[in-house]
Amino acid sequence: MIEFLSGLGRSGLHWLAVLGRASTFLFRVLLAQDAVVRRFRLTLAEIYSVGVRSMLIIMVSGLFVGMVLGYQGYITLVNFGAAEALGGVVALSLVRELGPVVTALLFAGRAGSALTAEIGLMKTTEQLSAMEMMAVDPYRRVFAPRFFAGFLSMPLLAALFSAVGVMGGYIVGVGLLGVDSGSYFSQMQAVTDWREDVMSGVIKSIVFGFVVTWIAVFQGVDAEPTSEGISRATTQTVVVSALAVLGLDFILTGLMFGDM
Amino acid sequence: MSKDPVSQTPHVVLEDLVFRRGRKLIFDGLSLTVPRGRVTTVMGPSGTGKTTLLRLIGGQLRPDSGRIWVDGEEVARLSNRRLYALRKRMGMLFQTGALLTDMNVFENVAFPLREHTRLPEELIRNLVLMKLEAVGLRGASDLSPAQLSGGMARRVALARAIALDPDMILYDEPFAGLDPITMGQIVTLIQRTNKTLGLTSVLVTHDVVEAMAISDHVVLIAEGRVMDSGTAEEVRAGASEWSQQFLGGHPDGPVPFHYPGSSYRDDLLNEAGRDRD
Amino acid sequence: MKLRFLEVSVGVFVLLGIAALFYLAIQVSNIAEYRDRDTYHVVAYFDHIGGLKVRAPVTVSGVRIGRVAQIVYDPERFQARVTLAIQAGQDYLPADTQASIFTAGLLGEQYIALEPGGDYEMLADGDEVLFTQSALVLENMIGRVLTNISGD
Repeated sequence: MIEFLSGLGRSGLHWLAVLGRASTFLFRVLLAQDAVVRRFRLTLAEIYSVGVRSMLIIMVSGLFVGMVLGYQGYITLVNFGAAEALGGVVALSLVRELGPVVTALLFAGRAGSALTAEIGLMKTTEQLSAMEMMAVDPYRRVFAPRFFAGFLSMPLLAALFSAVGVMGGYIVGVGLLGVDSGSYFSQMQAVTDWREDVMSGVIKSIVFGFVVTWIAVFQGVDAEPTSEGISRATTQTVVVSALAVLGLDFILTGLMFGDM
Repeated sequence: MSKDPVSQTPHVVLEDLVFRRGRKLIFDGLSLTVPRGRVTTVMGPSGTGKTTLLRLIGGQLRPDSGRIWVDGEEVARLSNRRLYALRKRMGMLFQTGALLTDMNVFENVAFPLREHTRLPEELIRNLVLMKLEAVGLRGASDLSPAQLSGGMARRVALARAIALDPDMILYDEPFAGLDPITMGQIVTLIQRTNKTLGLTSVLVTHDVVEAMAISDHVVLIAEGRVMDSGTAEEVRAGASEWSQQFLGGHPDGPVPFHYPGSSYRDDLLNEAGRDRD
Repeated sequence: MKLRFLEVSVGVFVLLGIAALFYLAIQVSNIAEYRDRDTYHVVAYFDHIGGLKVRAPVTVSGVRIGRVAQIVYDPERFQARVTLAIQAGQDYLPADTQASIFTAGLLGEQYIALEPGGDYEMLADGDEVLFTQSALVLENMIGRVLTNISGD
């Protein structure tokens, strides 16, 4: 029992230490953000590898999620004779929840793990250390552009996901199941509020982008410099990001929509 | 040792250096000086913190106590900006080369120039080709680091380290894991860069033969302290018992062959006793 | 060449992302309503609002002209005080307009329907809609029907 408790305390201390290091790291990365503008070419390259290369998977997933929503929503709504409300159901689910959350999860798996592995490898092969010795600050040269790229890409990807999803719902609902095209969109516009629904979805995805990129870059820097350490850090990025996104989603949803 | 004015002031001075990693004491009152414009080799068994020593000199680590002067500046007390300015005047050659994997050989050598200077592209090209020619790899400038052998990577890294014309180069285990031909090339390169560019070279290594051959000044460290120092001949002649073992590569001596433990006989008997139960 | 590709593809990405945001704003949500921000508020008191929610539509003859801006309980009048935000262009509502809470479909969302009266004076910002008809509460109706049946 005492062993269990002391083990618990030790892992608690371990995670507190990780959080402390992560916060210091974040602080230094934020201080180095001037490099994003000054070294715009680097930032561009990172937006490419983080954002552009995630676009396809995000859009394809969005299409399928929208199609499934259209199908499932129809099956449920048609029982109440309210199949016309399909547009609203699809749009609200996508814009408020599925867009930001699924995008963040996919992003963690696609771009986050790649960021961790890349930075972890740079650390293991002493590239970061070599940069420091060449009087090049890795925070400005490596971390800040990557962090900014993730932060910028996430809301754009989430918007793409939702937009493509709405079209997916349209394809299934209107194209296959025969919901009226006009009422699909008019119902959508009737229930979806620009500020309360769309903007809070965007805010969510900005928060997720910040957190997931932070986790991914930090895990790379904090990885034990061995191949095993990198693989562990990569897994951790996906796991911790997923938990953080889902937990934060609950909190943000409560703050935005509920009277919690 | 000649008495030209350059060698009057030492390039690097370590004074009473104490450094701990966790609970382990790495350096326990280490003091040494690196003369300017010469090849100095720090030797010692694996795990004595030779790489740590280079990182301390480069300001990547801070000592727990004691002082480090490089070029008259106390490294651990410098502001970030001054430290970075100092680092532009030193090059470091990592054991693995530490080339940036997302660039080809040319871009790797151009990297410090692009980061720290605003030279026109044509001049950068000329400088890079010059440095690559010096290490004999001008023909490899389009290769990616993954296509290079260990020795080639180290030579590219050397070209990169001298790109900004530093005053001093730190070599981390430059001879480790090389075949004899490559080893010969690296030895020649270190000597040549030292002679032609007149820069201070600090090597850390445990390869006794090569190191003794090219060093003007040798420092032997073990157990966190300096065991012996002087020219290669001085160290070889007046060496302590420990140094004799290290330089001669004897398996047993002051450094025991056996890792400390309970007596062999007791261990065997205990094992037998347990079996009987 | 390589840099050019990078620039163009990042440009496409950012453009598509922003276009998606615009699509969500214009096609999916009701941003059109925010465009004519100018609204005036009138107040209506109801005994019972049923399931009326903030942001529910306010219609005249079935045409949407505004939305419910606020619902609070007024402890002095023992009634629900509902603030209606009506588009500034729709300023032809006579002072004796009646506001009723209706339900769209059997189980649909509730909305406010305005029926213009014949007064010469028009409703202006801050005015009160005097004639209101509360929401029909299903349980009350059933109860009334049951007493009617048993009374026979």
